[in-house]
Amino acid sequence: MSLTNDYIKQRLAEKFGESISQVEESFGTMSFTAPKDLNLKVMQFLYDEEELQFRFLTDLTAVHYPNRTGEELAVVYHLYNFKERVRLRMKVYTSIEDTRVFTATRLFESANWMERETYDFFGVNFVGHPNLKRILNVDEMTYFPMRKEFPLEDQTRTDKDDEMFGRGGHIGI
Amino acid sequence: MSEQHITLPEGSIERQTQTLNLGPTHPATHGVFQNILEIDGERIVSSESTVGYIHRAFEKIAERRPYYQITPLTDRLNYCSSPINNMGWHMTVEKLLGIQTPKRVDYLRIIIMELARITDHLICNGVVGVDSGAFTGFLYLMKYRELVYEIYEEICGSRLTTNIGRVGGFERNFTPAAFEKIERFLKEYPVALKEFETMMNRNRIFMERTQGVGPISAERAMNYGFTGPNLRAAGVDYDVRVAQPYCSYEDFEFTIPVGTTGDCYDRFLVRNAEMWESLSIIRQAMDKVKELPSDVYHADVPAYYLPEKSAVYTKMEALIYHFKIIMGESDILPGELYNPVEGANGELGFYLISDGGRSPYRLHFRRPCFIYYQAYGELIKGAMLSDAVICMSSLNLIAGELDA
Amino acid sequence: MARPVQYNEKVKTVAVPEGYSGEGFFATTFDQVIGLARKNSIWPLPFATSCCGIEFMATMASTYDMSRFGSERMAFTPRQCDLLMVMGTISKKMAPVLRQVYLQMAEPRWVVAVGACASSGGVFDTYSVLQGIDQVIPVDVYVPGCPPRPEAIIDGFMRVQDLVGQESLRRRHSDKYKELLNSYGIQ
Repeated sequence: MSLTNDYIKQRLAEKFGESISQVEESFGTMSFTAPKDLNLKVMQFLYDEEELQFRFLTDLTAVHYPNRTGEELAVVYHLYNFKERVRLRMKVYTSIEDTRVFTATRLFESANWMERETYDFFGVNFVGHPNLKRILNVDEMTYFPMRKEFPLEDQTRTDKDDEMFGRGGHIGI
Repeated sequence: MSEQHITLPEGSIERQTQTLNLGPTHPATHGVFQNILEIDGERIVSSESTVGYIHRAFEKIAERRPYYQITPLTDRLNYCSSPINNMGWHMTVEKLLGIQTPKRVDYLRIIIMELARITDHLICNGVVGVDSGAFTGFLYLMKYRELVYEIYEEICGSRLTTNIGRVGGFERNFTPAAFEKIERFLKEYPVALKEFETMMNRNRIFMERTQGVGPISAERAMNYGFTGPNLRAAGVDYDVRVAQPYCSYEDFEFTIPVGTTGDCYDRFLVRNAEMWESLSIIRQAMDKVKELPSDVYHADVPAYYLPEKSAVYTKMEALIYHFKIIMGESDILPGELYNPVEGANGELGFYLISDGGRSPYRLHFRRPCFIYYQAYGELIKGAMLSDAVICMSSLNLIAGELDA
Repeated sequence: MARPVQYNEKVKTVAVPEGYSGEGFFATTFDQVIGLARKNSIWPLPFATSCCGIEFMATMASTYDMSRFGSERMAFTPRQCDLLMVMGTISKKMAPVLRQVYLQMAEPRWVVAVGACASSGGVFDTYSVLQGIDQVIPVDVYVPGCPPRPEAIIDGFMRVQDLVGQESLRRRHSDKYKELLNSYGIQ
């Protein structure tokens, strides 16, 4: 394996300088944060460079951190290099008021549904997506269910006793 | 797919396309997928897929459940090969906690995982046969799936949704009867598989029906996020078992079968070849297990592995650990990791963020068929209507996994 | 010369219903005869969405073989079927489809909810899952299990056979039945 995490870090630093932050390594996978305006540029750079060649989008999802003001939603990309077998995690933070993030569908066809799913669950608005609408839930749904403030259970149901089924009150049961 | 396309005069009424609704309860869809096809006679002009008909909110449930209660959820993702999902989840948690499992546990896991891969592939290939008009192969192979289910029953007591194993190993040791049943399967299944291959592989009708149907190039397949047998049929030798070995897969000799054109026929052949490889892996694992001490079936991690019931009633520490694990009070380290395993239909990934609480802060499943089903519209464009059905079954789409 | 002919003597026939028989005729009630016929020639419509559907696959395949109970003909169109077997989770997105399928079936029709999800929502007490199909259509038999074993599915099927065999011909015209359908908003 010639492609090391240090080398990727160095190349990213050369190209994007200070804008790449929170570079860390956990369980062998390098993780970094890019500003949300640059997410496409960084991915394109990782895709095109002869030595990097991150040409497979393994996974795309989001995480909700309600307590981080201004960067409540993190969009997480997992990129993969087939030749060197290196995995890379890129995060893009966005505030919950303005959830616009550039779409990766131009680069990876696979991003299409994953972005729709992320929109469906978290309400991340992918700018430039060809068909950004709900994918798993019904179209009539009015909220984004994976955000932390929404409960797991259906609130309109009446047939199960809340006390007996541990509903309401505290989260975590 | 014949080369001739009858051209009709411009403006004639037959040239107008019709809309056909395939699904969500259409019998040919094997699951609940809706495809709205725009067809010109028998030829598909375009299609639009709708999914989500059995969305069950796994990821949201996982945020509310302690770690050991997530195993039954993973069962219900890809229910044709639930043990792979179970063990993938266990290995993810083990990686987070830094638990090293003994070699025997790894080998036993590999036996179960490869059995699961065989059952998954045999259903998929059997169904491809059914869709091309050969019901016999399916009925033949289903008999052997029952043999595998008997093995699961012997080990964990359950058939389909196995909930097999624990974080750290298995809940109990394999009985001699279980090994006998595996041996029996290893002896009987190759005969049936050989027969199945003889019937299908060079069958003129089957080849006509599947060759050149739903092809995809390696570049497009990678761009669409294909993994597993579907990607290998397109000619990319990517297999998580080799690319990022887990569970001591590096100790085994096996080849990765690859195809060239990525059409339904290649996918069928790749799955068949993988079943042979799995059989060989199980054989090797059985031999390796025999050489190891026979009483090791879990890692020595009392804080995370449920103690024996008899010990709970008699020993103080065991009682404490039992209480802590059941109440979800055991100390889970904070951390963030992505752990992939080679599921039966592709790379099954677990993206886990732990904040040290009793349940994961966020757990995302990378479901292989959700990602590669996007390509379906491109695969069937210009094909005949009946090809669309065969193409769908050869992709091995599992509705429960797709909709999460 | 005796020819090697073998007769299958293990054939089990259904019991003759109560009635009055004489030379060349047999008199009994329509209820019993029609019930007998319906009971042993049920056409099931498998509405399989998830895990239970895989277990149903085992039920109808070689080892368990549900055809032995008179359900040889698996039809995939609601128009021809008598018995709707709902196997697997029904989400809120799927519920209107299920209802549509039920409405398309001709009377008399029966419904089996196979598995915990179809019966009550099972472990999926979530915002997207219908908590039991009896919220949208009437159900005759519930089969417990997650998923039920093939034996359990067959048992559920035999319970339906009992119901079918004993059903009065007038039941579907009764006010009580109409009231039941009305409670689901079905006219």
